[in-house]
Amino acid sequence: MTGALSILAVWLGAWGLNIWLARFGTRATRFLVALIFGLTIVVLWEMIVRIYAIPPVILPPPTQIAASFAANTAILWGDFVQTIVKGALTGWLLGGAAAILTAIAIDRSPFLQRGLLPIGNFVAALPIVGIAPILVMWFGFDWQSKAAVVVVMVFFPILVNMVAGLAATDRMQRDLMATWAAPYGQSLWKLRLPAAMPFLFNGLKITTTLALIGAIVAEFFGSPTKGMGFRISTAVGRLDLPLVWAEILVAAIAGSLFYGIVALIEKKVTFWHPSQRGQRG
Amino acid sequence: MRNLLPILTVLLAIVAIWYVAAIGMNSTWARDQAARAETRLSAGDLVIQTLTLERPVLPAPHQVAAGLWEGIAGQKITSKRSLVWHGWITLSATLTGFAIGSLAGILLAVGIVHDRAMDQSVMPWAVASQTVPILAIAPMVIVVFASAGITGLLPKAVIAAWLSFFPVLVGMVKGLRTPDRMQLDLMRSWSASRPQMFWRLRLPSSLPYLFASLKVGIAAALVGTIVGELPAGASAGLGARLLSGSYYGQTVQIWAALFAAAALAAGLVIAVGRIEAVTLRRMGLAR
Repeated sequence: MTGALSILAVWLGAWGLNIWLARFGTRATRFLVALIFGLTIVVLWEMIVRIYAIPPVILPPPTQIAASFAANTAILWGDFVQTIVKGALTGWLLGGAAAILTAIAIDRSPFLQRGLLPIGNFVAALPIVGIAPILVMWFGFDWQSKAAVVVVMVFFPILVNMVAGLAATDRMQRDLMATWAAPYGQSLWKLRLPAAMPFLFNGLKITTTLALIGAIVAEFFGSPTKGMGFRISTAVGRLDLPLVWAEILVAAIAGSLFYGIVALIEKKVTFWHPSQRGQRG
Repeated sequence: MRNLLPILTVLLAIVAIWYVAAIGMNSTWARDQAARAETRLSAGDLVIQTLTLERPVLPAPHQVAAGLWEGIAGQKITSKRSLVWHGWITLSATLTGFAIGSLAGILLAVGIVHDRAMDQSVMPWAVASQTVPILAIAPMVIVVFASAGITGLLPKAVIAAWLSFFPVLVGMVKGLRTPDRMQLDLMRSWSASRPQMFWRLRLPSSLPYLFASLKVGIAAALVGTIVGELPAGASAGLGARLLSGSYYGQTVQIWAALFAAAALAAGLVIAVGRIEAVTLRRMGLAR
């Protein structure tokens, strides 16, 4: 009974604090409110697990996850390099480059665009993860097959966005380039590629998560004895849930960092776009 | 319909490339077999053999089509080899999870729009959670539920709900916020109460956003269910079909399951799109 009361007290206390803080609406309090909410969840999680003695097989407490994270840094780093750096990042770069080149190649043919775009949009909604077993069969168990899965997964979203981006310039701007007698290459390089950047980055940001998902899920179909997907499935088999949660923590941090870095590059590249200018002013 | 010809052309090109690739990728095995039998293969024989292998590296389109037909029409619907049966298992978990997830997303969005503390607490985390590969923990959810003695539809539905929850939440919050100052002031000048403002202004104007995110959500829910069926032990559903095909090298079975999953995804997205079109037209929102 006292346990339930103390859980309720922490929750109500944090909630009251947040309601009070939310009235100010400044930047610092907004950040603080989000932080308090996150911390409260972690504290409540710890309290509930301890007070009701929930077995760690079902839900380990955050402290145990942190301890497992600290004790297994070497394993986690190895898995990170294998899955994220070798699998996801390589595949994302290759897939992105292929999609951008394809978009530029079909840009000159409205016929191909009209044919490819509906198919691209359609494929983007399909459960592409399913090709993982096939690609693992073709490219072997190591990171190459994971990169291949990622290439296929990120290709269509980036392609669709890039094609939309290349069409983003209006008649007047293109006519202006024509009056300056700019050849195709110049008008592409100096006008249309820069104009396509906000669209391209939109696609690149969406696909960061897809890349991680593809690389991790592909490992469930076969992998060398390292990698995040391998570790998650084997640790679950041994009911070593703290290690699984530590891997999830790594995946969450890697996903946020990956997205953050792409968003940062976007800020540098498309500083002229209204959506970026607005954030500073 | 103006796009029909280009789309058909591209599809034909894909099928043609597929055939060429199938011949190329299967030729090593066919040549090995011929060398072992100490016969020489003519070009025609090579093509025929590569396109009719039992376990090809890449099955030709007509083999996949035959596998698909065999799985859908060639079995009794209750048979464990029927794709309809497996598809139904996947579909029921997807729909259950999608219903739970989108309902929770809509309710939380309503709360967020009306309560500032909730908005500032939950929204940053909801947005940040989109960058986290949640799908990767699907197998863990399955195993944890199994260790608690719960198997079958519920664990998969939980994953599907979780995946469709966030797109719906983010889209619905955006939609409920679309009425601008002027419209809100107009409601106020009519002395509309808060519920009236919600039912007559905010909810109708949020519908286009809601449907856009429902389409994303239902596709995500299907992917979640399929991945949730991957852990060993699951024996039913399209995901389990993929996994057993990959264990036993039944490539035709994998491709058939893959195409069944794709058709299911397309069907679900189109169904939501139809509901969207009808609803928006009835409400005079169609563009």
